[in-house]
Amino acid sequence: MTELAANDPLPKPKRDLAPILLPIALALAMIPLVGSTSSWVTLTVASLAMGMMIFIMASGLTLVFGLMDVLNFGHGAFIAVGAYIGTLILLPFAAAMQADSLLANLAVLVPAILLAMAVSGALGLVVERVLILPVYGQHLKQILMTTGGLIVAEQTMYAIWGPAIIPLPLPASLRGSFILGDVAIAKYRVLAMLVGLAVFIAIQLVLNRSKIGLLIRAGVENREMVEALGYRIRRLFLGVFMTGSALAGLGGVMWALYREQVHASMSDDLTVLIFIVVIIGGLGSIGGCFIGAILVAMVANYGGFLVPKLALVSNILLMVAILMWRPRGLYAVTSR
Amino acid sequence: MTDLLKLSGVHTHIGRYHILQGIDLVVPQGQTTMLLGRNGAGKTTSLRTIMGLWQASSGEITLAGERIEARTTPDIARLGVGYVPESMAVFSDLTVKENLVLAARDGPLDDKQLDWIFGFFPALRRFWLSRAGSLSGGQKQMLSIARAIVEPRKLLLIDEPTKGLAPAIVMALIECLKEIKRKGATILLVEQNFFAARELGDHVLVMDNGTIVHRGEMAALAADVPLQERLLGLSLEAHQ
Repeated sequence: MTELAANDPLPKPKRDLAPILLPIALALAMIPLVGSTSSWVTLTVASLAMGMMIFIMASGLTLVFGLMDVLNFGHGAFIAVGAYIGTLILLPFAAAMQADSLLANLAVLVPAILLAMAVSGALGLVVERVLILPVYGQHLKQILMTTGGLIVAEQTMYAIWGPAIIPLPLPASLRGSFILGDVAIAKYRVLAMLVGLAVFIAIQLVLNRSKIGLLIRAGVENREMVEALGYRIRRLFLGVFMTGSALAGLGGVMWALYREQVHASMSDDLTVLIFIVVIIGGLGSIGGCFIGAILVAMVANYGGFLVPKLALVSNILLMVAILMWRPRGLYAVTSR
Repeated sequence: MTDLLKLSGVHTHIGRYHILQGIDLVVPQGQTTMLLGRNGAGKTTSLRTIMGLWQASSGEITLAGERIEARTTPDIARLGVGYVPESMAVFSDLTVKENLVLAARDGPLDDKQLDWIFGFFPALRRFWLSRAGSLSGGQKQMLSIARAIVEPRKLLLIDEPTKGLAPAIVMALIECLKEIKRKGATILLVEQNFFAARELGDHVLVMDNGTIVHRGEMAALAADVPLQERLLGLSLEAHQ
């Protein structure tokens, strides 16, 4: 074995920039293919906004996957529940939402988001205790339990809110676009990007600057050793699961406003995208999840514009390509 | 001399395999007890069972008079047991500092204790802010041991610390463990390296097929070449 001599400097860890450069390269490569600059800017902003919303919904799931080794196929239920709970405040106060005052809009929107996150997080507590706890370490049972939970949750939502799609208009101050030359950038997409970025920075700060964050990062890598150091990782699991559920609830409200509608199956298509993001990002990697979400959104938007017939399979092709390049995802954190 | 750790009739099953088949052992307070034996004899399983990482299927495990066989791993760690696994299990994505911050469960890192650790393992000071994954094998082992001793522990369970390390690093580790011993630590140490075992051990337990087949003083085993050959299949002279 080669040992470093006492005075040899330790080789510095190489910064793995390739995944970060990937979406930038993809966006630049699309300029000549898209042709019009304004269309390219619109598609790119749409991709970033969609990517941020998918990231918000997927970030909790990647930690749940990475830290807890739990295959939660019911994650989408938290998205739909968040959206429905949001309507409980957004619809009765529709007049304030449609007022031409940003403050009045936010006075309704912020409590709606907070309530959606609180209820989704609380639902996460129940799901973890009732459905997940008995099947830790048993993947097949986890799939059955969480898929069953998703079906029950969807049918419960149909029973409570009915099968009809509920329209959810954007607040007045978030409708329309910022016009920069001949480029129009939707205001809501800018907000989505800012919220996604804020969530990403907040998660990074917690993971890198707090002892809880250290425990989560350590637990993703080696749960057993964290326990051997005297930490009750089950409590950490529960906290992460609830946070992931609450973030899914936040993503649910944002996605519902983006699509301006809510229905019980709204998360079905999203769930596929979220799983692709979590897999290509690398299980447990927040950075990988962030880049993966942007890539998935870019492929969906650019692909839909350039080759609409391939739109449905484009993200599966992206996943295949990424996994052929890096079989454990863009940033491998766990050995799974 | 009181017994800090006592195992009575401990059996451990892993799946359908019956690994520990009625282990009886004691680890006296303030002493170093070596656990020797060929590969697959059940040494690592013994440590993992004590640590609660694998549940004993029957038998009693007592730490300082308190039954622990049904306790969870975090509870056992909080009773004052430090564990250094065979795989080292440093958190490679975390820095050296972050690894030790996590190990200092009861509060901030103690500067005096850190200086004491750095006295043995200067590399840890030098690479304080480097990712543990970029350390060499020997440095990772140093970090793994440092993690177990960064706060005072009643009992240290150490699994093959010299495995796969260069001779110079092995000697440094032996010196460190001797110093830890001198400070009064109680250690149960699994070791394949008979030289290290002779240097460190007060008592010895030899395992085979999931049972203890020999117990006695380490010095007596080190002096008895035929016994070494019978129990371990090699002599100290052959090992050196």
